[in-house]
Amino acid sequence: MIELARELRRSYALVERNFNLIRRYIGWEIVFLVYTVVNTLTIAFIGVNPATGGGGDRVLYLVVGALLWGFLSVLFHEVAESVQWERWEGTIEYSFMAPMKRLSYLGGVCLYAATYGAVRTVVVMLAVVALFKLDLGSANLGAALVVLLLSSLSFIGVGLMAAVLPLLSPEKGSQAAHILEAAILLVSGVYYEVSVLPGWLQPLSRLSPATYTLRAARAALLENASLRDIGGDLVLLLAIGVVLIPLGLKVFNWGELHAMRTGKLKRSG
Amino acid sequence: MEDTALECIGARKVFRVKKETRPETHLSTEWSVASAAGDPGGQDAAQPGTHGGKQGPGVNGHGAAIGATNGRHRGRLALSRAMATLFPRSVPVEAVSGVTFSVKRGEIFGILGPNGSGKSTLIRLISTLLLPDDGEIRVFGHDVVRERFAVRRLINRVSVEAAFFKKLSAMENLSYAARLYDVDIRQARRTAIEILKRLGFGENKAYEPLEDLSRGMQQKVAVARALLTSPVLLLLDEPTTGLDPVSKREVQDYVLEVRDSHDTTVILTTHDMQEADRLCDRVAIIDQGRFVALDTPMHLKAGLGRNGDGEAATLEDVFFALTGKALKESHPEEGD
Repeated sequence: MIELARELRRSYALVERNFNLIRRYIGWEIVFLVYTVVNTLTIAFIGVNPATGGGGDRVLYLVVGALLWGFLSVLFHEVAESVQWERWEGTIEYSFMAPMKRLSYLGGVCLYAATYGAVRTVVVMLAVVALFKLDLGSANLGAALVVLLLSSLSFIGVGLMAAVLPLLSPEKGSQAAHILEAAILLVSGVYYEVSVLPGWLQPLSRLSPATYTLRAARAALLENASLRDIGGDLVLLLAIGVVLIPLGLKVFNWGELHAMRTGKLKRSG
Repeated sequence: MEDTALECIGARKVFRVKKETRPETHLSTEWSVASAAGDPGGQDAAQPGTHGGKQGPGVNGHGAAIGATNGRHRGRLALSRAMATLFPRSVPVEAVSGVTFSVKRGEIFGILGPNGSGKSTLIRLISTLLLPDDGEIRVFGHDVVRERFAVRRLINRVSVEAAFFKKLSAMENLSYAARLYDVDIRQARRTAIEILKRLGFGENKAYEPLEDLSRGMQQKVAVARALLTSPVLLLLDEPTTGLDPVSKREVQDYVLEVRDSHDTTVILTTHDMQEADRLCDRVAIIDQGRFVALDTPMHLKAGLGRNGDGEAATLEDVFFALTGKALKESHPEEGD
């Protein structure tokens, strides 16, 4: 129990450090936030536009996609880029030399990512709701929240796997993580049904946890679906998280050992 | 706790480093052949697939044929260059080569060597940041590979490059370090200020972003960060590089003070022979990954006797005599 408390305090080091960094980069944070708000509003306006057959639930359909993708991509980015960021700052050796379980290190990164992503998403959501006067009276917000929690687990798992890439290849690892993120965006039906994808791409959508997240969240928010109604997707999201998080940790540990064997923890690689 | 702080038995580390490829050299030869054959398109030799010979009249009618052959060669060379860029060849380079030594508890042990001699690699092996390919390293009886976590509780390190989140202040960086090592945060902040003041670092500077401070100031924060966690084995990798003489002296005095007051063992790598002479109980000289001498500074100097000018030998004279090179001479194959 005492050891657990110690590890939690160590995890908090990452959360505090990253929020301190936000304060120091506050100008950029504001720019990114404004950009995200404007981007989401732009997407929502596509839903209103009569020329594209807009109206009705279409705005909410697109907004749900934009908000969820905003949250999940922040989660993915923060976890996947944690190693790359430390490498860039030159602190990776110091952080990895600390007597801290890697689970606690990555747990801290994930805790920060989820908190930061949630705060950003709430700000964007408030802006969208205020401008479009969206009616969420018939939405099952509780079920949507459960979807968000379970999808966070699966995205943390994907992020952990991507975080190892800079340990394997200091130069190309981060690039590969961006490609993975783009592929998830393409196949997951963020702004459209996956049925509109070419036949050869549709099987990939079934591999992406974002597909189930978006389908379940839309059902909860647009059709007032209950937890029972979206139970299948929830089980899938949970299963993906349960499999990917331990697997991600295993892969990360393997990647760290590889970096220690080849000297790639060092900034210059 | 054991009386032996560190045991290093036959430690060896090999890196694979990317090797320069040869196509450039071949290309020059091709270009020479083309030029000698009177190929005015020789200037295009660097462009893959250009049949330079066909652009000019050639000599005795051979120019076109040679040019076409050269074109094919150039194509192959371009392909080979592309492959070399995509899949660069690497060769093994031994950075640390079967090093054996031990350090007694409470000792200040110096490792001297030119850049690229393996000093920092050795420190990284002890710091659990690298896995040795061979041999064994034990810190107070704990193996650095099998008992990494236990070793990490006992050590801290100051690296030559002050590695921080430069946008954060000294205090924010030190708080981060304290939390990673589970040091009580209030106590850590008080201790940090005390250490920084002791190193001649004004308290008001502790809240400014580190990027606004000089390298010397940053290095003092690095020293404070390492000492904040009360390590029993302190690894100092060129800690005073870039410091002015006053700051250098402050750090050196503090290292001696820490050793005496905190029962800390210190392993120090340095280029500064006077620093090594002043601080170290024993000194090892490392060259191309191997220890070429290990003794007290006094014995090392006595062993050489007098230098070329007939004066009593200094540690620097010993160093030159044993390595045959200047202190900052670089070994190109290892980024030490």
